[in-house]
Amino acid sequence: MKTKVAFKIGDDVSTDIVYPGRFMATVLPTETPAFAFADNADFNRKLKSGEVAKGSAIVAGKNFGCGSSREQAVSCLKGYDLAVVARDISRIFLQSAINLGLNIIICPDIDAKEGDELEIAGGKVVNLTSGKSFATNALPKARQAIIDAGGLIPYTRKLLPNA
Amino acid sequence: MGMTYAQKLLAKATGAPQAAVGEVLEPQVSLAMSHENGALVINQFNEIFEGTGREAKVWDASRIAIIFDHRVPAESSKTAGNQKKIREFVGKQGIKKFHDIRGDIGGICHQILPENGYVRPGQVLVGTDSHTTTHGALGAFSFGIGATEMASVWALGRILNVEVPATIKVVVNGKFPAHVYPKDLILYIIGRLSAQGANYKVLEFHGDTIKNMPTSGRLVLCNMSVEAGATSGLIPPDEETLRYLRVEAGVKEKIEIFGPDADAVYEQVLTIDASKLEPQIACPHTVDNVKSIGEVKGKKLNQIVIGSCTNGRLDDLEVAAKILKGRRVADGTRMLVFPASWRIYHKAMDMGIIQDLSRAGAVVCNPGCGPCLGIHQGALADGDIALATTNRNFKGRMGNPKAEVYLCSPAVAAASAISGTITDPREVK
Repeated sequence: MKTKVAFKIGDDVSTDIVYPGRFMATVLPTETPAFAFADNADFNRKLKSGEVAKGSAIVAGKNFGCGSSREQAVSCLKGYDLAVVARDISRIFLQSAINLGLNIIICPDIDAKEGDELEIAGGKVVNLTSGKSFATNALPKARQAIIDAGGLIPYTRKLLPNA
Repeated sequence: MGMTYAQKLLAKATGAPQAAVGEVLEPQVSLAMSHENGALVINQFNEIFEGTGREAKVWDASRIAIIFDHRVPAESSKTAGNQKKIREFVGKQGIKKFHDIRGDIGGICHQILPENGYVRPGQVLVGTDSHTTTHGALGAFSFGIGATEMASVWALGRILNVEVPATIKVVVNGKFPAHVYPKDLILYIIGRLSAQGANYKVLEFHGDTIKNMPTSGRLVLCNMSVEAGATSGLIPPDEETLRYLRVEAGVKEKIEIFGPDADAVYEQVLTIDASKLEPQIACPHTVDNVKSIGEVKGKKLNQIVIGSCTNGRLDDLEVAAKILKGRRVADGTRMLVFPASWRIYHKAMDMGIIQDLSRAGAVVCNPGCGPCLGIHQGALADGDIALATTNRNFKGRMGNPKAEVYLCSPAVAAASAISGTITDPREVK
């Protein structure tokens, strides 16, 4: 797939940054996107106004999604079909992203600026703007199975006892 | 090959003789805990059953616990609505480990679970809260998960895709100097490992310091293990674990305990001399930005918070009351206290602790998560600086991205309340 970097952030971006705690009474995936990066007024506005095209990418550093297990931090990004390309991803966020079908790419050496065009395919991310190429880490097989099933809800449905 | 404590717990929950690091398992769940975010779990749970023609019934109501703590009493009609939805679900499913907004059995989930004897050594325990790591202090493999993952657990009784983690062995020996506490130790460890240093790994605690530490302190270590990225913080159960479960949690049933194998393989060993530690402060805006108190003392404070699932236990309140009794919270500084449960609150009243804190000028609030995650009480103004015994200082954490949060022990918080600036408790006369 081809995508464009809409937002670039650093290391240790917590779920409090992605989805601030004061909006946690809002839980439904249909309602959480309004508060994605709510404390970053500029990016939040660009998301809500549609200025950021669906399918755009966030490029992050190490330990993206650390902190709270709040799933709103995943569903709010999924609502805009964003892809997260990060150097690495915190455990709970990674699992929730797989469960909800958020497009995540672990790319340990990724280097890109806002506005850069990326092509993601075949185990690498090519930054079409800079011409550089970066290897990605494959997800463990068992986790890929959940993605292939369309997320944890349909996957679990198939496993219901005596179904 | 010998197994770490985490490996042994996961092998037991899978009924397998071995659990190799990196292997993906589906362990049975002993206890599944949620709080107000249970509203989302219910939503996802119902969706699993949609179109199957089957009744949406949880796998085992006796293994589900729901505790209201994040916003108690409800701060908005939206929260009240979520709590109502959960209350109805609990009634319908027959969930008995339900702690509603009540002044007798209420409190913060990570205190309610241990003090009611719900946590036992040998369990696999999951919670829709990242600080579920807390319960490793009693020898349970416990970790935080998302709401959809929990919905799957409610349906199946097992958790899918648990990768057996590697373990970092943390060996702590020596006696804490005066005014140094388990909170200082865990902040020091997080500072050394970094916020990512234990990602996808387990911290397993050993040494004399841990052996001599009461469960209240062990809960602090495991609670904040997640701040180094750890999946779980574990303390192999011992005499103290049994004492806590029998005497404080009132457990009558047989308790079986085991520990790691003597020849277990650890990825890394971290050795710490507790006798050399000083009071520690985590500075804004990451928990691993840890400094010795000397580097930050004198910083002016607008708000001080004592409480939370990290440091709202009886000994925490007692330390604070001892320092503050007969003294006064500085003008211009607000001090808020959140005991971790009503059981603790009642004991603190019996001991006169609540009165001492209140007479010194502290506002003692009802047990709950309070201002820790910025959604209920004690929000900060632009430019405010807070010092808290809580567990996170992320930007915006206490309700305002234009404020700063420093983290510390209850002794540092109480000493700092008197001067209104970050103060070393060793220097309070």
